[in-house]
Amino acid sequence: MPFFVDSVIMFTSQVLFFGFGWLFFMRQLFKDYEVRQYVVQVVFSVTFAFSCTMFELIIFEILGVLNSTSRYFHWKLNLYVILLVLIFVVPFYIGYFVVSNIRLCKNNSPKNGNLMKIDSPSDHPSRVGVIGVTLMALLSGFGAVNCPYTYMSYFLRNVTDSDILALERRLLQTMDMIVSKKKRIAMTRRQMYQRGEEQNKQTGFWGMIKSVTSSPSGSENLSVIQQEVDALEELSRQLFLETVDLQATKERIEYSKTFQGKYFNFLGYFFSIYCVWKIFMATINIVFDRVGKTDPVTRGIEITVNYLGIQFDVKFWSQHISFILVGIIIVTSIRGLLITLTKFFYAISSSKSSNVIVLVLAQIMGMYFVSSVLLMRMSMPLEYRTIVTEVLGELQFNFYHRWFDVIFLVSALSSILFLYLAHKQAPEKHMTL
Amino acid sequence: MASLDRVKVLVLGDSGVGKSSLVHLLCQNQVLGNPSWTVGCSVDVRVHDYREGTPEEKTYYIELWDVGGSVGSASSVKSTRAVFYNFVNGIILVHDLTNKKSSQNLYPWSLEALSKDSSPTGIIVSNGDYDREQFAENSVPLLLIGTKFDQIPENKRNDVLTRTAFLSEDFNAEEINLVIEKRYFTRDPSQVRV
Repeated sequence: MPFFVDSVIMFTSQVLFFGFGWLFFMRQLFKDYEVRQYVVQVVFSVTFAFSCTMFELIIFEILGVLNSTSRYFHWKLNLYVILLVLIFVVPFYIGYFVVSNIRLCKNNSPKNGNLMKIDSPSDHPSRVGVIGVTLMALLSGFGAVNCPYTYMSYFLRNVTDSDILALERRLLQTMDMIVSKKKRIAMTRRQMYQRGEEQNKQTGFWGMIKSVTSSPSGSENLSVIQQEVDALEELSRQLFLETVDLQATKERIEYSKTFQGKYFNFLGYFFSIYCVWKIFMATINIVFDRVGKTDPVTRGIEITVNYLGIQFDVKFWSQHISFILVGIIIVTSIRGLLITLTKFFYAISSSKSSNVIVLVLAQIMGMYFVSSVLLMRMSMPLEYRTIVTEVLGELQFNFYHRWFDVIFLVSALSSILFLYLAHKQAPEKHMTL
Repeated sequence: MASLDRVKVLVLGDSGVGKSSLVHLLCQNQVLGNPSWTVGCSVDVRVHDYREGTPEEKTYYIELWDVGGSVGSASSVKSTRAVFYNFVNGIILVHDLTNKKSSQNLYPWSLEALSKDSSPTGIIVSNGDYDREQFAENSVPLLLIGTKFDQIPENKRNDVLTRTAFLSEDFNAEEINLVIEKRYFTRDPSQVRV
């Protein structure tokens, strides 16, 4: 009987998560496109629902909600389903949509779309885990560095209205030059056509002799102008992108003067300290070959009990504090991921590729959440870790933490380098105006 | 050559509806073989004999300014795009007949272009919602073009045509539905008036 009740609760919550994923897809991701293939929306919402269910199960584990055998059963079920979705369903649909996009572009006859490879089913969690942890570490490293960089107004370049106006004027001048050259090309072609020379693109020896004696406004002149036009068009594209960049910076400067902006600026300083600390810890872990044995909650409680002499009920408080900590981690990572995915999606998608990109994002989201669960083990006290260890079986958790630290360090350091170079290069570009 | 009068026409619409192909077809009389994303704005020119054959015949340069991007772009992109909207003589709105969203997005596109117009008859933009009265005072002629007509299955063609007829009435615009790749097929043809 309790198993049945628990299953009903789990199922209801899964339906709720599915609905949320569906709404997010409709309202946020696809708000400018038309949903023609509902299968994409279903796959995305299913991935989201099962990922959130895993987080829910961790919370239930900490709070002790539901029967422990039914929790174990649902863990196993959930894990199998999500691994099935991430390893078979999503890649299959990605392949299917990529092939059908290519087919539409090239108008070829349909190829055989069987892209599935049958793998051995034994070490799937570990493979998904490694990819997911790598992804997470890359994103964390970049996010840890980028977050203070974007929040703090110290890094904002000074952009004035006159800079933007000057750049816009240059852009319009370039467009005018392109237009006048194209007018010359069009008029020359029209005159050539009227004189019946259009079809006379002579080649060979006699053609060269003939073209020397014919009028100079031939096709060679045209190709020279065409090359100039191509160069000018490339310049106009670059100017456009630079202007967009300057406008975005100007908006950020205005935003930083508001109250919200100041708040984020303060947060930026706080996060930069956190980021430096994390990089430091990752280096220590790698250099001294150390894997943290206790989680922050238990360690924090130990410190307060031993050094500050405050006595309180350890069991009671550890449960609540770890629940709050894990809850915060889960909520911020889900929210952060969805916002980043949305930004990424707007930046790179078009009406043709939107289906493929959403599926790729669903894949990333699923792997990210699976690896969050793996890594969250370290943030939980010992008694809650057992269920994760039991369900996931023989996995080398220490390896994952070491791997995470290495990739995190590499990603954070290269992000710092990359941002430093980009920041240095930008003012010089505008100095040449 | 450069002393001919110029006519500036904007070509607006969502990503992937076929603006670049359309402009290429009009100016080069050829089908564009490898369409790619338009970054910023690409211009092409067509020499046009207005009222050919009559005593008032005059030759004009028609500049087709094909502006890339989407209505959901960041505000920095929109402010940059606005520099292209000055001194416009006409607007061609392009939408994809197989994609309803692209037709709906034409309303914000036209508002974006017309509210930045530097003509003295200023259009008042309220909150981005569409209001037919705004277009009644509009002095810039609009032409509505629907693309990819051949990709609509036969039985749905009538519904699509009715829908686009309503759309063109809303804009007080003339309408053309065509196919870019195979053949040039026009219904209710009309030229952009100078």
